[in-house]
Amino acid sequence: MRMTALYVRNLFVRSSGEKMILKNVSLELYSGERVLLLGPNGSGKSSLIQTIMGNPKYEVVSGEIYLNSERITDLPTEDRVSRGLGVIFQMSPVIRGISLRDLLVKVSKRSGVSLEDVRAVADELNATHLLDRSLNQGFSGGEMKKAELLLLFAQNPKIALIDEIDSGVDVDSLNSVGKVFQRLFSDENRTLLIVTHTGHIARYVGVNTAYVMINGRIVCKGDPKRILETIFKEGFNKCLECVGVGDEAR
Amino acid sequence: MGMKLDEALVRARRALDKPAEFGPDLNVSEFAVVTGGNELALSRGRDRLSLVGVDLSDENRAGSYYQVDESVVGISAKMPGLTVLPFEHAIEEGIIENYVWELVPPDLDKYTALNAIYGRRGYVVVAERKRKIREPVQACLFMSSPGGIQVPHNVIIAEEGSELSVYTGCTIMPEVVGLHVGVTEIYVKHGAKVNFVMIHAWNEDAHVRPRTAVLVEEGGTYVEHYINMAPVASLQARPRVTLAGREAKAHLSSVIVAKGRSLMDFGGLIRLEGEETRGEIVSRVIAKDFARTTSRLRLEANGIGCRGHTECNGLMLSKRAQILTIPELLSSVSDAELTHEAAVGKLKEEEIYYLTARGIKRKEAISMLVRGFMNVRIEGLPSKLRRQIDLAIAMAAAGL
Repeated sequence: MRMTALYVRNLFVRSSGEKMILKNVSLELYSGERVLLLGPNGSGKSSLIQTIMGNPKYEVVSGEIYLNSERITDLPTEDRVSRGLGVIFQMSPVIRGISLRDLLVKVSKRSGVSLEDVRAVADELNATHLLDRSLNQGFSGGEMKKAELLLLFAQNPKIALIDEIDSGVDVDSLNSVGKVFQRLFSDENRTLLIVTHTGHIARYVGVNTAYVMINGRIVCKGDPKRILETIFKEGFNKCLECVGVGDEAR
Repeated sequence: MGMKLDEALVRARRALDKPAEFGPDLNVSEFAVVTGGNELALSRGRDRLSLVGVDLSDENRAGSYYQVDESVVGISAKMPGLTVLPFEHAIEEGIIENYVWELVPPDLDKYTALNAIYGRRGYVVVAERKRKIREPVQACLFMSSPGGIQVPHNVIIAEEGSELSVYTGCTIMPEVVGLHVGVTEIYVKHGAKVNFVMIHAWNEDAHVRPRTAVLVEEGGTYVEHYINMAPVASLQARPRVTLAGREAKAHLSSVIVAKGRSLMDFGGLIRLEGEETRGEIVSRVIAKDFARTTSRLRLEANGIGCRGHTECNGLMLSKRAQILTIPELLSSVSDAELTHEAAVGKLKEEEIYYLTARGIKRKEAISMLVRGFMNVRIEGLPSKLRRQIDLAIAMAAAGL
């Protein structure tokens, strides 16, 4: 029997007391499943990731989030992380005075990932020169993604939410990021929710399912290959037109 | 020499009622000179001294100077080419004739006047020409008697091409009322380099008015780092650096942790007189409880092609504290480049959240961010001094 790793049910979310940005969103990820979340800019993909993480900027108006059958809707972020959730931010803040190394040491101490392994990955990502710099200060878009990936590696989460790791990265960097990503997630027990609007990163990991989100709603779920082909050929509007392109309309 | 000190005395007597330009005015007659400080007092204050990084074992030090109240209780110089003397001896030997009351006027205000009239102690550190002294010289100024004034007069001279680091730890026994007015005159000669680190931990009844002035000649470099980590009744200081020679450089940074009802008015002034000189002042202030702080950072450009930058950041950890930053840029030449950036605020929720999303508990994330805020990157500082600063900052962060 397949176990559900992450279950989002009928989620309505408001951002900082403003308008509703997620409307009746439901999705289910089985343990070890790799799921793509596609959608145009501003459709609510990052908001969903942040809501699952417990970002206080996002207010859950109704609906539930379950992690391995445990309701986590009201848990503080750090407690969600301690239960196995991890995230790669699309935009991570500049934190002056805390070096990437400081943070990696802290995170890996908690997870038990060896610092030698972290260092090897930093080397592979060509990112060792970033280690002693304040986190994200003066980092290029690609360097920020590398720092995020290193931190996720050090964290070793069971369920990883990956937000646009393939945007703002040059071709060479994408290749090294992709390879590390591939190796890191070769473990079949790890569950992935990958947000992308280019689909590039999907080439490095096999994906089982894709969801399409438009205007804060999940409009489609189905075979990732077919959905990606349709989107690349006809754009996201096709998804609105043809809600039945996948196996199950929502 | 006698003439010069006599003249300083005359000028000082006329200035005994002259308030300082900044900071609350004190009635200096409430304090008295206390001698009789001894090694026993030093050893009783061991905990306080370790707070400001003073290591009584003297290990890894090129030399040292210990003053308790107005008594010199220890002095050493362990490296060739290094001289460490009590102020009085240096006067007697005539080696600082051209350096005393040259950069700090004795009649600047009532505090320098007090120092000129009553000050007989203090350290004189001289690095011989081209001598690079890697270990720091440690100076410890400790106040142990109630109601006392401590008025050391310090002179640091880095001769041409030399390198010197001086580490000063200043502290006071808890609940001792006192007034500290250290006058420090620092000379960085042609191509020389001086690192000057001051770590202060006073108490809620102490008043502190250090007066520091620095002269940097052509190609010389002066790096100063000031950390104040404990409450104080009042503190006012603005070290003044003159970059007189071509391509002289100065970097002043300070980390002020203001707690309780502390009044802290600290800053820095760099005069960029020489051509192509470079000056930078970086200030980090954390205000908690009812503390009130003022940061006065000023750059004055007179040299062709000079460049300067000030950076002043304040972190509010209480609704009742107050942070005032006053950056000033004055240019008298058309091709100087002066910039400043300043920001005062509380910790950013976005940053706290980001760290919690890495699995760090909220409370720990906050303390990491506060600690990170205090981290000031200083290029080229010897690793031992760097470690000492890191330690002081960690202790200051732990006390918040």
